[in-house]
Amino acid sequence: MRQRNTKALASVIVTGIAAVALTACGSSSSSGSSPGVTSTSITFGTHQPLTGPAAPGYSEIAPASQAYFNYVNAQGGVFGRKIHLIIKDDAYNPTNTVNVVHQEVLQNKVFGIYEGLGTPTHTKVVGFLNASKIPDVFVASGCPCWDNGTAQPYTYGWQPNYTIEGKILGQYIKQHFAGQKVGVLYQDDDFGQGGLAGIGDEVPAADIVSKQPYQPGVTTLAPQITAIKSSGAKVMVSFTVPIYTAIGQLTSFTLGYKPQLVVANVGIDPTTVGALLKTISKGKASGTALIEGAITDGYLPSNTDTSNPWIQLFMKVHAQYDPSAPFDGNVVYGMANAYALVQALVAAGKNLTRQGLVNAINKFGSSWMGPGLVPFRYSTSVHGGYGGVEMGQVKNGKIVLFGGPLTTDPSASSAITPYTGTQPAPPSNGIPTN
Amino acid sequence: MRRSALLRQSTLVRSLGLVVVCGLVLLVLSENITDYRNTQLAEGAYFFAVLAGLTLLAGLSGQISLGQGALMAVGAYTVALLVGNEQWSLVPALAAAVVVTLIVGIPVGAVASRLRGPYLAGATLAFAVGLPALADKFPSLFGGENGLTINPPTPPSWLGSSFSLERWEAWICCAGALIVLFALYNLIHSGVGRSMRAVRDDEIAASLCGLRVGRTRAVAFIISAGCAGLGGGLLAEVNQLAQPGAFPLQLSLFLLAGVVLGGLGSLAGAVWGAALLVFLPNWTNDLSGSFSLSGNVSHNLPLAIYGVALIGAMVVWPTGIQGGIRTLTALIRARLSARRRLRVGAAPEPSGPPSSVPPSADGSG
Repeated sequence: MRQRNTKALASVIVTGIAAVALTACGSSSSSGSSPGVTSTSITFGTHQPLTGPAAPGYSEIAPASQAYFNYVNAQGGVFGRKIHLIIKDDAYNPTNTVNVVHQEVLQNKVFGIYEGLGTPTHTKVVGFLNASKIPDVFVASGCPCWDNGTAQPYTYGWQPNYTIEGKILGQYIKQHFAGQKVGVLYQDDDFGQGGLAGIGDEVPAADIVSKQPYQPGVTTLAPQITAIKSSGAKVMVSFTVPIYTAIGQLTSFTLGYKPQLVVANVGIDPTTVGALLKTISKGKASGTALIEGAITDGYLPSNTDTSNPWIQLFMKVHAQYDPSAPFDGNVVYGMANAYALVQALVAAGKNLTRQGLVNAINKFGSSWMGPGLVPFRYSTSVHGGYGGVEMGQVKNGKIVLFGGPLTTDPSASSAITPYTGTQPAPPSNGIPTN
Repeated sequence: MRRSALLRQSTLVRSLGLVVVCGLVLLVLSENITDYRNTQLAEGAYFFAVLAGLTLLAGLSGQISLGQGALMAVGAYTVALLVGNEQWSLVPALAAAVVVTLIVGIPVGAVASRLRGPYLAGATLAFAVGLPALADKFPSLFGGENGLTINPPTPPSWLGSSFSLERWEAWICCAGALIVLFALYNLIHSGVGRSMRAVRDDEIAASLCGLRVGRTRAVAFIISAGCAGLGGGLLAEVNQLAQPGAFPLQLSLFLLAGVVLGGLGSLAGAVWGAALLVFLPNWTNDLSGSFSLSGNVSHNLPLAIYGVALIGAMVVWPTGIQGGIRTLTALIRARLSARRRLRVGAAPEPSGPPSSVPPSADGSG
């Protein structure tokens, strides 16, 4: 009996392994020296939270980028190459991120990783991508950690980093709510900590009376909001992703706490937060009343600013290629980021190589004009993304920017200066020529 | 005949033979597959280590644990801290991961000895939910929500410069899996394994026979914890990370699903379960990607397909894949021997047990 079972076990293991080996034969291989590029196509891969706690809102970003690529492809692509984007779900779990990025690089043979979303997720593949010399462009996160061209020559941030954003928000608080007690609710990772550092650069330490971290994945913010309320804070700064902005505001409402709310750009898109407020409160909170008046910032034109020619362009692309998603800040984000990638591909020229793309961003990136309100901080050593933001406020459920764009860099000593350049109109066919 | 007599007598010899055969097969396999398939092989190997421990616990000892994901986190953090901060080399770090997880398993095992069925599942559920949050409580040590990142292992130079990192990782994980296979195979076929089955089948009868029910249960839990610790340590090494978000409750649930689907109580079932955990998410993603659906549907479709596959498999094979295979092989054998009997005349089979023996779901496979 035992012997037979041993045989059975061995045979099962062998068949199992044979099955693995058989499926292994299906892997694709590409010819030529630079993977992911042919004369007619270029393939990027990305990892996105299509499900899980970060999915609401953020799951719209990569499909919006894809919509813009489809728009470009329909007009012939870049130098005759159609841009393909392989989108894989990592559910905001870094083990999955590592897995899908390996799959895209080793099996799908992508040219580069584009717009990988999330700080705790993407930090786990930066080492692999740089060691393999694979372009890791325009990460969808404002972590200051992407900005290190010396140690990570292939990784590029895109949005303003959270410290820059925190500094500019902090300066506004210092100027307009001087001497008032400030409480900070922040996600306990590089996003929240970076933002908190930026606030601390500007707001006097004595005024910050409560700093409350939360972990993504928790289902309540009652302890944090209660602590901020009991500290007597009149201003609550919130470095939160949309779902926790919503949970935080519902909790404040339940507790009868009405501070002046200040929310980082990533956490305030009114369409997303409004929908979450309604879902979480089971329909009791409708609309965006709970975030009305919140102070925030932006580095792209607001999605509701329909007089802006960039928004008009993106609405056109959205209507044609991505109509099932609502036209909100996430869609604008995805398309603006995609526009920057096309700028990089144009700059890299006809003979596209991985190193060529990186060189082009280093050399030309800081001069690109586009949907952004301020220029990029790109050079060989600086890989930071947009160098500033404009202050904004939620009015009638829409983000209204005011005061003009401000720029700075992440170091505590550097000053915040107004940006005086003007935003150009998009090219008539909507495709950058740089 | 003498060789088979030796095989029959010595579990040790049989298990060594099994490990050598499996090791050779894995070696040949890893030489002939792409780098990405090697990362999948590594993933399958560390899942096998965890599932083998869980199958011992659930199949042999009859205890349900939802805490294996958290125990994996203990192993992963141990390796990440020792390799990343203390510059330990990999083997002692993995050994330490097993030891630390065994130690963490002792108090939980003590609880496990007093609880059964859904109550143990509930207690370990709390463990799975609570433990990863510790990383956020001590951010300076555990890196908070960002977790810890470690450098990838370097393949030794004697393997040649073209030897890929992915294959080296697969080798490391397969070595770990083979150690678990060897250890558990011997354990299952030892007195301890028999005690566990006795306790599972009838607690009162077992204690009347002089078995210490509580201690047997606790030992089963602690051993399964050690396996989870090794699996978690290997996960940390392959993915170069230890982070709270990598060990959500879903991981524990997927592990339990994997072990049930593979076939409870058998090491071969753990192999199937590990293969499912590796391939099923990819298949469901590809399948849902092949339909053109709106984002809201297609993003969540893989999970739905996963659930339907689970339900379907449990309806078709209530004893898991390994149970299904046993039923099938028994059927085929019955057919074959019936035919042979027809041909030879009504002579009985010269050797081997009668083929009408029903497939057993106990731990002897």
